[in-house]
Amino acid sequence: MEKDKIKRLVVIGGSAGSLEVILGLVSGLPVNADFTYILVVHRKSDSDSLLAHILSSRTPMPVCEVEDKEEILPNHIYIAPPDYHLLLENEGLFSLDSSEKIHHSRPSIDVTFESAAESFGAKTIGILLSGANADGAMGLRAIKDKGGLTIVQNPAAAEVAFMPEQAIKMDAAKQILDNSEIIDFFKNY
Amino acid sequence: MKSDVTIIKDEEIDLLLNELFERYGYDFTGYARASLKRRINRLFVIDRLPSFAELLYKVRSQPEYLPHFVEEVSVNVTEMFRDPSTFKTIREEVLPVLATHPFIRIWHAGCASGEEVYSMAILLEEANLLHKSLLYATDLNASVIENIKKGIFPLSQMKQYSENYILSGGKKQFSDYYTAKYDWAKFDERFKSKMIAATHNLVSDRSFNEFQIIFCRNVLIYFDKALQDKVLTLFDDSLEKLGYLVLGAKENMRFSKIAKNYTQLDKEKIWRKIK
Repeated sequence: MEKDKIKRLVVIGGSAGSLEVILGLVSGLPVNADFTYILVVHRKSDSDSLLAHILSSRTPMPVCEVEDKEEILPNHIYIAPPDYHLLLENEGLFSLDSSEKIHHSRPSIDVTFESAAESFGAKTIGILLSGANADGAMGLRAIKDKGGLTIVQNPAAAEVAFMPEQAIKMDAAKQILDNSEIIDFFKNY
Repeated sequence: MKSDVTIIKDEEIDLLLNELFERYGYDFTGYARASLKRRINRLFVIDRLPSFAELLYKVRSQPEYLPHFVEEVSVNVTEMFRDPSTFKTIREEVLPVLATHPFIRIWHAGCASGEEVYSMAILLEEANLLHKSLLYATDLNASVIENIKKGIFPLSQMKQYSENYILSGGKKQFSDYYTAKYDWAKFDERFKSKMIAATHNLVSDRSFNEFQIIFCRNVLIYFDKALQDKVLTLFDDSLEKLGYLVLGAKENMRFSKIAKNYTQLDKEKIWRKIK
């Protein structure tokens, strides 16, 4: 099973003001480390495949918007599709869910973070970036509780401080990093 | 916050699903586990259940709790003209083909509160085909089926639906199709007269007719691959040759054994049965 090959599952959540850091981060991601990367970004549903397009110019890894029951592979970047929650099944597949919005958001960062914590446990690395609502804080806490590594963007460095602040309030952060430290994080990992 | 929410364990889910099947014949074992688990966890919150034992007790001893359980565990989110480009393709490429048929039968499987059924009825009317069409609307939940018979939807959604309608190629004034009353929009009776609404469980019920189009959008995502395959086979058995199957924007039939008999229309999630 491909799932067993995955050494780390990196889930990145961001909302308003997070794009710039995401672009920098993606450019520096290790390509052959057998990590899997999942991005959950709040955005309008009409900007469909634009994000995947922008990101694929910055990394040699395949970047794709997830389709239902797609297998989770290492060395891939997956994007939660607009208007669906993205979940991870124990057998190493993605599931989509179009149920109620969480924190006015679908995809919700909490949903994916909690699901990642549940199926990948301590192998999970959660990164929460700039944003204007509380989505992601609980999910990040769940990753921490399962023994995963959790990183929160320094609110002082974030374009919108609210989301990282909520995570810090919930004691979900193992590390609080500035933008350049986040971007360089995997270079030194 | 988190700590006072009961998180159900996998073995408890197995016990619960077994109970639902043995006692009531509802089979949720083929549902995708991650989202099913979320739905059950959500029940603990909305029903203020203190423990799994309490939930199990309710399911075992209160048959009247069951419809509520099924309704809350299944997802009933839908909208009118969702993914407008799909409806545009149906308008431009599918309806002209159907127009040649003397009679048109359409099945909306897992239609929830019926927004999509009304969208399709509007499309058929604009193509001057509604008079010879019948729309079968089925869902697992009896209560949401009732909504289709009423044809009443929240007025607050109409702005969004109107935008979707225009993007789907609609040329008329969308608000002409309904009457606004308080917070509700009631759609004209002429649409309802062409609909047949009934409960149908895709997991356990069989094919009941042959159709030219089957819609099943954002339902398969809640099923595991084996159940998806089973349900797609049910659709294959229920679809006329050269009929169309319409799935949700992020769903795909490529993993299934029926895929070889179908060809996809453009980039839309519309497949045509060629064999």
